[in-house]
Amino acid sequence: MIRQVLHSVVRKPATIKYPREKTEMPEGFRGRVKFYPEKCVGCTLCMKDCPSDAIVIRKVGEKQFEAEIDLGKCIYCGQCVESCPRRALEVTKEFELAQLDKAKLKVVFRAGPGDGIEKKL
Amino acid sequence: MAERDKFKIPVGPQHPSLKEPTSFSVALRGEEITGIDVRLGYNHRGIEKACEERTYIQDMYLIERICGICSHSHSTCFIQGVEEIAKIEVPKRALYIRTLVGELERIHSHLLWLGVAGHEIGFDTLLMYTWRDREIVMDVLALLTGNRVNYGINTIGGVRRDITREQMKEVTRAMDSLEERTKYYIKIASEETTIIKRLSGVGVLSKEDALRFCVVGPTARASGVDHDVRRDDPYAAYSEISFNVITDNHNDVYGRTVVRLKELMESYKIIRQLLEKLPEGPVSVKVPRKIPAGEVVSRYEAPRGEDLHYIKANGTDKPERVKVRAPTLANIQAVKHMLKNRLLADLPIVVAAIDPCFSCTDRLISVRGEDEETPGIMTWENLHSYSVEWYRKRGLDFSKLK
Amino acid sequence: MTALFQILIFPGFLFLSVFGLVAEFVDRKLYARFQNRIGPPYFQPFADIIKLIAKEDLIPGEANPKMFRLTPLFALASTVTAFLYIPIWGTNSVYSFNGDLIVVLYLLMVPALAVFIGGWYSTSLYARIGSVRTVTQLFAYEVPLFMGVLSPALLANTWSLNEMAQFYSRNPWYSVFNLIGFGVSLVALLGKLEKVPFDIPEAETEIVAGSFVEYSGKLLAFFRLTFDIKMVVCASLLAVCFLPFGLKLNPAVVFLLFLVKVFCIVALISLARSVAARLRIDQMIRFCWKYLVPLALMQLFINLILKEILLK
Repeated sequence: MIRQVLHSVVRKPATIKYPREKTEMPEGFRGRVKFYPEKCVGCTLCMKDCPSDAIVIRKVGEKQFEAEIDLGKCIYCGQCVESCPRRALEVTKEFELAQLDKAKLKVVFRAGPGDGIEKKL
Repeated sequence: MAERDKFKIPVGPQHPSLKEPTSFSVALRGEEITGIDVRLGYNHRGIEKACEERTYIQDMYLIERICGICSHSHSTCFIQGVEEIAKIEVPKRALYIRTLVGELERIHSHLLWLGVAGHEIGFDTLLMYTWRDREIVMDVLALLTGNRVNYGINTIGGVRRDITREQMKEVTRAMDSLEERTKYYIKIASEETTIIKRLSGVGVLSKEDALRFCVVGPTARASGVDHDVRRDDPYAAYSEISFNVITDNHNDVYGRTVVRLKELMESYKIIRQLLEKLPEGPVSVKVPRKIPAGEVVSRYEAPRGEDLHYIKANGTDKPERVKVRAPTLANIQAVKHMLKNRLLADLPIVVAAIDPCFSCTDRLISVRGEDEETPGIMTWENLHSYSVEWYRKRGLDFSKLK
Repeated sequence: MTALFQILIFPGFLFLSVFGLVAEFVDRKLYARFQNRIGPPYFQPFADIIKLIAKEDLIPGEANPKMFRLTPLFALASTVTAFLYIPIWGTNSVYSFNGDLIVVLYLLMVPALAVFIGGWYSTSLYARIGSVRTVTQLFAYEVPLFMGVLSPALLANTWSLNEMAQFYSRNPWYSVFNLIGFGVSLVALLGKLEKVPFDIPEAETEIVAGSFVEYSGKLLAFFRLTFDIKMVVCASLLAVCFLPFGLKLNPAVVFLLFLVKVFCIVALISLARSVAARLRIDQMIRFCWKYLVPLALMQLFINLILKEILLK
């Protein structure tokens, strides 16, 4: 044990100085969910399967749907992505989602021209 | 009882040696423990009841969150049961991947335990080293499943993600470095005087007592009880894998350490075989949302011991009843016995040695006979009026709230 | 005026506080590096003390407020006083008389008693167990420590630290004979400073923080400071007794060398606490009486014989 301990002194510390050094999450990490309004057909399967009622799909016009995702409720299981028959949802690698303002945790993806671009409420 | 015997100290619900709330009321004579009262119930979350109001798919994620460390154990245990009721043939490849994640989880859980045990006996260097090495397996889990905890790899009828060749190589590489580190920890455990002094002869549980208290997992195996669900009632891919069930005759905390360390070595062996034998094919089959009526008891060897789920289906897409018996519930009774007439200094390590997970095991309890004012079991109406009254005394009126 | 300067500034309270906190930093940083961590920045111990001083003092309702407040001061005062008798530059200390070695050892015992009294009067259950453990442990480590530190004095044929330092500066190689005593004293010192493996009185995972459970704010800061100062004072005592090298050089160089010696002893303490688990109180007492005391007796015996051979 002593040898290992003394050896540690000359070794680089194992600690990562987060947040100064960012860690990259591996491919396929289940972070924030992204919604593509142009692909959505409004079947609301994602709403039915969501374990924590974090996603709400609303009809805003003829064949136009918008999604409201509550990042505070979401448990990042990615089930909605799998339930979606049209791949209108996608997981991203973003994981630093903490907010001081609770309202900012609600992310709305609006339908309309320029679909797929996120606009915050 | 003499006056001097009444020196009682509370260990918990909040105490540095406990990572989760539970209460041990310890009666002391000097340093010697003369009596101990264990009380659960500080972290009851009502998961079993909540399961009845959610669909099977939603339950899967809820069940996974019973425990943060053995989450895959609980979700696999539940899903195996559901698949058995629905009579689903799960693809071979899916079973192999489930087993793989299960064994990776065992590695991370045992390494975590080793660190906690080191901390409980004041050996923080061991804690820092094991948790540093645990990061290797955590990264592998994140790579394979998409998350470090609550992997969400299971789905009814298979697994959600396939693994690629590159990922398999990554896992093998991780196993090599972990195996080397584990050999080092086994060496430490057999050589370091202070560790041996603190662990051996502490928390003794003879084989007879182990059988009498029905302890499970490494706690039982360290008392010479040769019992492992993986071998006795093989699930997933374990019937096609060769591995040893580790038992030990030390009967004490040291034996439990040895069992866990050797189990780590077995896990590396199992994972290598799994990767070698991994069959080709699909990873999941489609399952209807409604599960036919039926009931099942499902068993799974979690890192802490045998996990048991009872599921009753009634033909809808929601279960009628789910019951969870986490391994800690089986082991916690033995702690009282192990600590009788021992020293206070042994309490943290003896409690830690069963690798307790109090949140998983917590349930509604009603304490009887301790004092006269215990209200017993309350109905919903009683509880409602009680809470309304409680708030009224503090100047808040919630009587309109249903 | 000089006396006041010596007591309050150098080498008294102010110098010792800084010295103690720097030693704490060295200890913590090394401990972290031994564990493959980064460790705290250099100002961490100072920041801790400043933060504690800024916090509110809470005194338990059932505690005796006078005793509760006074014990940290007793502990601090006695440790600082002890340092005045230790020769830190060359062979001269601020005050000296024949027998000051014994006085220093006794003064260094006071913090343990203060902790006991403070813990006992705070009426907390954890604190009571911690206090009893403190005193139980006291009986185990003090005997080997006394014997270990007295053996070089025996060889030098004096009870004064100054005269002892002078003796060893004349014959520096005689200190080689005291190696066993150095080992014994170092291990006993771990018990005195309540460091792992002998941190039984404040075992965090068992009795939360032992005697200090109820202490907060300024009073806790005083205790923390006392323990840091106690660490350097004890390390200085060991450095004077067992490492009397280079005492004939320029006083400034001697002083720097003295600091190096103290930090070396602190490093040894950090190393010991990073490779051991906490023992139980029964194991600790058995260890002290079974191994340390016989070794210390052996050292005394060796020195008695050496005195006959070498100094005749």
